[in-house]
Amino acid sequence: MAATTTGVGARVQRLEDKRFITGRGRYTDDIERPGQLHAYFLRSPHAHARIQAIDTEAARAAPGVAAVYTGRDIKKFVPTSDDLTEEDIGGLICGWMIHSKDGSPMKGSAHPALARDTVRYVGDHVAVVVAETLRQAQDAAELIAVSYDLLEPVTDTATAQHEGQAEVHQGIARNTVFEWELGDRAATDQAFARAAHVTRLTFTNNRLVPNPMEPRAAIGEYDPGEEQFTLHTTSQNPHVARLILSAFVGLAPEHKLRVIAPDVGGGFGSKIFVYAEEVVCLWAARRLKRPVRWASERTEAFLCDAHGRDHVTTAELATDRDGTILGLRVKTVANLGAYLSTFASSVPTYLYATLLSGQYAIPAIHAEVDAVYTNTAPVDAYRGAGRPEATFVVERLVEVCARELGMDPVAFRRKNFVTSFPHQTPVIMTYDAGDYDAAMVKALEMADIAGLPERKRRSAAAGKLRGVGYSAYIEACGIAPSQAVGSLGAGVGLWESAEVRVNPTGNIEVLTGSHSHGQGHETTFAQLVCERLGVPIDTVKIVHGDTDKVQFGMGTYGSRSGAVGMSALSKALDKIVAKGRKVAGHVLEASEGDIEFKDGRFQVAGTDKALGFADMALQAYIAHKFNGSELEPGLKEGAFWDPTNFTFPAGVHICEIEIDPETGTSRIDRWTAVDDFGRVINPMIVEGQVHGGIAQGIGQALLEGARYDPSGQLVTASFMDYTMPRAGDLPDFALGLTVTDCPSNPLGMKGCGEAGAIAAPPAVVNALTDALGHEHVTMPATPEVIWRAVRHRSLPMAAE
Amino acid sequence: MAAVAMTVNGKAVSGDVDPRTLLVQYLRDTLRLTGTHVACDTSQCGACVVHLGGEAIKSCTILAVQCQGADILTIEGLANGAELHPMQAAFREHHGLQCGFCTPGMIMTAVDMVRRLGHELDDHTIREELEGNLCRCTGYHNIVKSIAAGARAMAPGAGGEPLRVAAE
Ligand code: FES
Ligand code: FES
Repeated sequence: MAATTTGVGARVQRLEDKRFITGRGRYTDDIERPGQLHAYFLRSPHAHARIQAIDTEAARAAPGVAAVYTGRDIKKFVPTSDDLTEEDIGGLICGWMIHSKDGSPMKGSAHPALARDTVRYVGDHVAVVVAETLRQAQDAAELIAVSYDLLEPVTDTATAQHEGQAEVHQGIARNTVFEWELGDRAATDQAFARAAHVTRLTFTNNRLVPNPMEPRAAIGEYDPGEEQFTLHTTSQNPHVARLILSAFVGLAPEHKLRVIAPDVGGGFGSKIFVYAEEVVCLWAARRLKRPVRWASERTEAFLCDAHGRDHVTTAELATDRDGTILGLRVKTVANLGAYLSTFASSVPTYLYATLLSGQYAIPAIHAEVDAVYTNTAPVDAYRGAGRPEATFVVERLVEVCARELGMDPVAFRRKNFVTSFPHQTPVIMTYDAGDYDAAMVKALEMADIAGLPERKRRSAAAGKLRGVGYSAYIEACGIAPSQAVGSLGAGVGLWESAEVRVNPTGNIEVLTGSHSHGQGHETTFAQLVCERLGVPIDTVKIVHGDTDKVQFGMGTYGSRSGAVGMSALSKALDKIVAKGRKVAGHVLEASEGDIEFKDGRFQVAGTDKALGFADMALQAYIAHKFNGSELEPGLKEGAFWDPTNFTFPAGVHICEIEIDPETGTSRIDRWTAVDDFGRVINPMIVEGQVHGGIAQGIGQALLEGARYDPSGQLVTASFMDYTMPRAGDLPDFALGLTVTDCPSNPLGMKGCGEAGAIAAPPAVVNALTDALGHEHVTMPATPEVIWRAVRHRSLPMAAE
Repeated sequence: MAAVAMTVNGKAVSGDVDPRTLLVQYLRDTLRLTGTHVACDTSQCGACVVHLGGEAIKSCTILAVQCQGADILTIEGLANGAELHPMQAAFREHHGLQCGFCTPGMIMTAVDMVRRLGHELDDHTIREELEGNLCRCTGYHNIVKSIAAGARAMAPGAGGEPLRVAAE
């Protein structure tokens, strides 16, 4: 039946596209509520200051203003009335406990939705004005007088722990959240002691602003009759938001809070987290008994959305004389900003150091990570989250090491690739399946590396410098086995749920805890249903993003929706087929064991007696042919899937770049990506994910960098100052796949959402340094950086 | 308040607006045409592109009152009833969108690109012409393919091709 053209592996056009291409998407800020009020947040203009006084009187008297609240107002409600208690509502939390190497727990800090006495970054939330119109709220906010007592700001990652720095949080010494380590220090020291060669690099992994095109937004509502709260919000994981808002912030009991994440315009991690504005809109909606809405301006998004990356790292690779890797040593300082965002602590630890073995058999690894507070926006997961940082460490080290040893970087990699599976790394992970050499071989051919010398000659003849850079990345996706992450400090399990409801007419609703904000779940999840049940794809509807509909789910991030979310769906579909067999057995008066299910039909083996899927569904509901004691009527099955391992997508990206030494401009001439994502549901959608990831990775390498000045002002707070990749900055991408099945889930899937962002930065920098002939390039490698790097080569003494 | 009257998607609309109201706010908040998006505050993302008198403009960069008497076309008015505009169909066919947030602006920009530059658009031209439109999801690769295909499908006589599919 339809499965061949709409089933697993088919390039099915997306079912969700129609509403988006006709302007009928429904994003949070498109929703209007009767009686709604508009919230506008007054934000701190200072990076670090004590609030001496806030005078809101004039603002409260301004036209259209319903209320003005500060941190002192946001108290818990008396459960049985509209009165407030004396108790502050709970603050925002970080859901992953990290322990320092001395065994002490990480140093968390209070994170109130509205600042109580101190502001800790530019953009920190000082007060909110709620008014009839947004203009009125904005105008009134200007009438709020705040007197600040300025404190010394801390903005620099590398020096945040130094003597004499101010304390971002009073009493947290050296601004240190934790000093964590992973791996075997003694074994690594021994490896380095016997090494014939050590390559040492120091670099910064530049701070990025995720910038999904849809800015965050929230609408809080309260129904006093039902004592029911509703929050529409731009979330990648509405159930997690509900859990945190209920259990930790204490705004509403979980069963009285409905969180809806409707169409969401991209997330890339930044919409995983629970933010102050969501808390305040919900609280204010209850206080005022009217809907309260807020939408972020782009500048606010730059200031307050959680940023990504921001590491300073020293890394060393030890090899023997013939280029066999013996050990890896890494010391990283990770900037977590002013407060610990929802999953901040996991990113530079278990999502980072666990991937430091790359695709290589490395006998000994030791990583130390110090996380620091600074007076900057919170830093948390951004596409790749820890894994791009790890890949940058590994792929820069192997490239430079090969060059230092006079070896071909490809040969060096191939010599050290992990070749047998399962492979236990020294940093927790057990790689389950892969064929790293196959991806390399295919990528070399697709990139026509054989023709590179000739292309380099031609570039040189034109006065240009051409270079090629490789990145053989690995990531841990399909996040994540609950037991494993629990033992590493996660406050939640990371399974996923799915429910399949078959209606009497045979059409199907799938409820998933995954959330699509561009990934195309409404299509890919339907493709799996279509494949497994043999039903037409237009009889399948995917429901997600509403806590009143979907019972629970952990959401979408960490390339988990396919490997974890669709595995849950697969399990639920198995149950539907099993029940269908029973129903068909009763109806066809055959034993259940004799019923075969194929191509959407339940058939008595060896006969032509059969029941189509829709007929079976109808029989399940009219239930005339079986009594309820032997078989329950109805057809609805649910499943929770908890993975048994991470998945390990891996591949090779090759960047070929040309530099104009006169201007410092660079142009990526070719991009080749060969990825192993395991089984693929929809190649078209997978390619789109890879394209987008590469673009963000190239953005990090060449264009993007969030910069705070020493006073803590974000000097890159708009699209004028922060360079987003535009169409003209990017090449076409040549993509290929290799396939090794993932053994840890029923679909053999590994995940594809983050690969490009993980692979790309070192590929670009390796290409640039190949072209330049030295390693002195920092990200983002803007024309100015490259121009200086070109001069560094011609005048090495001056630049050293 | 200032009086304003214009034609939007072929329909006459009029009313009083705060003179500070931007066209995009008028479209979204007053007329409830929410397909036109706002993704920046510095006129740089192109999520808000609509046509004014047939030409692409950023609706965040013009006041509603400046559009007095103008003919405005938004993404909601682009399809011919149930039949998708060829550029809309091309974006779907070539997976030129993911989250969809930049998409209305991309499509309106692309249609204007074809009007100005014709039906045979090479990749380089398309990439240069997308200077004013940001997409964070697609890496532009498939947007470029979509626009090239959509441009060809918009050529007179290109009808009946697979691109001209019904919206239902
Ligand atoms: S909203 Fe960004 S250009 Fe108009
Ligand atoms: S499709 Fe998401 S921003 Fe372009």
